[in-house]
Amino acid sequence: MTITLTIDGKEIVVESGSTLLEAARANGLDIPAICYHEATSPNALCRMCVVEVDGVKLLQPACILEAREGMKVQTRSERVLRARRTILEMLASTMDLSETDSIQEWFKEYGVDVQRFPDARPRRPELMDDNPMYIRDYSKCLLCWRCVQVCAEDAQYTYAINFSGRGYDTQIGTFFEKPIPETTCVLCGQCVGVCPTGALKGKREYLLEHGYTPQEISVMNTGRKKRR
Amino acid sequence: MSEFDLEPLQSAIEKYIPLGRSGLLPALHAAQQLYGWLPESVSIAIARSLRIPLADIHGVIEFYSMFTNKPSGKSTIHVCTGLACSLKRADDILAHFRDFRLQYDTPDRGFSGPVPVRRIETSPCLGLCELAPAALVDDQAETLIELDKDQYALGRPISIVYGTVRMLTSNCGNGTTLLAQYGGYSGLQKALTMRPEQVVQEVKASGLVGRGGAAFPTGIKWEGAAQAISKQKYVICNADESEPGTFKDRILLLDDPHRVIEGMCIAAYAIRAGNGIIFLRGEYAYILPVLEQAIEESRAAGYLGGGALDFDIEIRLGAGAYICGEETALFESIEGKRGFPRVKPPFPTTHGLFNLPTVINNVETLCNVPLILRDGALEYRRLGTEKSPGSKLFCLSGDITKPGLYEIPFGLALGELFEMAGGVSNGGSLKAILLGGAAGAFADSSSLHVPLTFEDLRSAGLPLGSGVVMVFDESRDLRKVVAGLGEFFAHESCGKCYPCQMGTQRQKEILNRLATGNPYPADIARLQDIGWTMTDSSLCGLGQTAASAVLSAINLWPGLFGLTEQNGYEPRQPGTDSVRAQKGKTKKPSKSAKTSRRPNRSKRAG
Ligand SMILES: Cc1cc2nc3c(=O)[nH]c(=O)nc-3n(C[C@H](O)[C@H](O)[C@H](O)COP(=O)(O)O)c2cc1C
Ligand code: SF4
Ligand code: SF4
Ligand code: FES
Ligand code: FES
Repeated sequence: MTITLTIDGKEIVVESGSTLLEAARANGLDIPAICYHEATSPNALCRMCVVEVDGVKLLQPACILEAREGMKVQTRSERVLRARRTILEMLASTMDLSETDSIQEWFKEYGVDVQRFPDARPRRPELMDDNPMYIRDYSKCLLCWRCVQVCAEDAQYTYAINFSGRGYDTQIGTFFEKPIPETTCVLCGQCVGVCPTGALKGKREYLLEHGYTPQEISVMNTGRKKRR
Repeated sequence: MSEFDLEPLQSAIEKYIPLGRSGLLPALHAAQQLYGWLPESVSIAIARSLRIPLADIHGVIEFYSMFTNKPSGKSTIHVCTGLACSLKRADDILAHFRDFRLQYDTPDRGFSGPVPVRRIETSPCLGLCELAPAALVDDQAETLIELDKDQYALGRPISIVYGTVRMLTSNCGNGTTLLAQYGGYSGLQKALTMRPEQVVQEVKASGLVGRGGAAFPTGIKWEGAAQAISKQKYVICNADESEPGTFKDRILLLDDPHRVIEGMCIAAYAIRAGNGIIFLRGEYAYILPVLEQAIEESRAAGYLGGGALDFDIEIRLGAGAYICGEETALFESIEGKRGFPRVKPPFPTTHGLFNLPTVINNVETLCNVPLILRDGALEYRRLGTEKSPGSKLFCLSGDITKPGLYEIPFGLALGELFEMAGGVSNGGSLKAILLGGAAGAFADSSSLHVPLTFEDLRSAGLPLGSGVVMVFDESRDLRKVVAGLGEFFAHESCGKCYPCQMGTQRQKEILNRLATGNPYPADIARLQDIGWTMTDSSLCGLGQTAASAVLSAINLWPGLFGLTEQNGYEPRQPGTDSVRAQKGKTKKPSKSAKTSRRPNRSKRAG
């Protein structure tokens, strides 16, 4: 079954049951998304994908909203642009986004002033290098939740990481902030694979970036080890 | 890790083991009572018993402000630094408590430093606002604190009830109403003579609208859950009452618990639910024995626990998180998780607690139900207006002569309620009224004519919220009040969605600058962008209202925030406004904010 809806004045036909994001992308219209990932259950928490739907009071997240017959959607209305720009400006004042190319591009596209919030308290926890497989630099963490999800029901069922703190001070953490080798982590690397920002990074890649040669690294005890 | 005797823990948490993960909050409460805090070895023992991953337990402890994994003694004092208490020297009280009531143990059990015998924490509102200033000493309310005279009341808080009608509050004000005084559950008896669908129809016909803040029609909610097909369904009473300025549910639960229980029984019959839960905010632990006794009485009388109705009620205690009043976050909390709101749809009527069909209603909403069934919808509608039938409870606090709980029929004007309460205290004059709580909006004397109904308030752009009417006299620095709101939302944001997680923090930082009289140019434009973004794109009601009072204050008193129409300020409403074209165009607000305590005449005030 297909349905017809209008996105930015353009009539499009999609399979029923598609989300707005899928509908838009299948028709060559892009909607920005941060937290959405095909391999993880959707939480609709970044709100970058919000769009304006005729007859609905508040902006709606395209990544989970089901496309409906006759819907009229604007993906770049003034309200949408204001929300996206402000979210990006707040992100810029909060964390280190230097390694997140897509966001750097959106800064230009949405006319973001990265200095919009002077004297804002950023989140700058210290880099953690506590296991042979990956480093954790949560000053780059976007709180997209993907790592927590793949470590739990979305893939690995290992439950090594969860959250600490609340609100702005939420962070990804382990039981009593223990180093990774003292947790249930099996060093599978799933979390590193889904991290969009370089907050989680393979140790080897990190060392290469910091000027070590492959020879130096090979004697260093990095990589996945068989657990004793 | 053996410095803690884990023996008593096992027997304390035994009864929660069958609940699995859902037993986590009760188990953590029990453990913290035993040890004063939640050390690693205790958390591990709980995790093993309930079969919960360690990282998840840690995440839960970290989320709730009443749980702590820092060494601490067993006693805790929560000093309220909320809006109403701040007007009554809360800061001095906090300092006094820190000076005189904090005691340290000598280092023992291998901790490096001294361990406080007693923790002194702050609370963003204890639901005792009409008895401000207030504190909570373990689970006893300390109210009407007078520092100079060293006087206060300790124990069960008193109930002050006023108003022009006594429908919901007919049994309030004289201590707990026992079943013998309450009488039979006549509303339930009546319901049992009807078919469940007829009960739903009766509630629909009454026009009852939810009193928890979202103003959703109760009958329609019940109909959804009644039609959902499932062997197991839930009725939940939302007694999390954490909206700053709100204390009505506290009085209803303490003084008339059977009315709430009867309301839940009727809901259970209407939707065919077997399980009921009262989710009580952690700071209301002194209500627990009252509710437990009432539930026992009700079981003994055959209303609960199998009888004509196969329905029973258990109580769950929250642990200090405003967000857990949001219905889906409340479900997560009962399920033993961090209180993160879920995305909707699906809605609770089909996918509520444990993903089962659930009706969740506020305490006051449920208290209306027995009346509707007993007297019939037509009789119930004789009070109030067509669109807002019945009576409503208002929580008056702040600079008002007679603070307390007021029951009035819908339709009286805000000014009439204000006069009934004796107007501004100590002969002061009115500066502002905060309506609906922290998630509400400010009004000034130009709104006193507005009738207190859902429809009239909506068209005046004001919220009814949970019935908060907090009064501020002309001597109050509203910039400080607004900064307090900023503090509140930053503290209570769950951190799930970006607009609110970062927006509440940025908003707080800017409001603090404004409160100290040192704003940056364009701070108002920043506040508005943050505010509109939170309102428009946050995931749940917390973020969607976190800027509501702030934006209303900017609208009403632009001068207070250093804005005048001469320097390019245009009042706008969130949601309906057009975007401020480009940041470059925003004129700098004048630095005169430093000195301007006087509001500039805005169009609205004139
Ligand atoms: C942040 C937040 C806090 C809330 N707190 C409460 C509360 O303490 N008590 C309550 O009854 N409803 C509260 N609500 C509203 C509930 O989500 C829900 O709408 C209500 O319990 C439904 O009951 P009602 O229809 O009887 O009002 C809150 C909502 C939000 C967004
Ligand atoms: S560490 Fe990476 S994957 Fe995990 S929440 Fe942060 S940004 Fe997302
Ligand atoms: S609006 Fe705030 S409280 Fe609600 S989900 Fe988002 S971050 Fe959490
Ligand atoms: S991509 Fe839709 S909310 Fe994050
Ligand atoms: S009890 Fe202090 S503000 Fe409500």
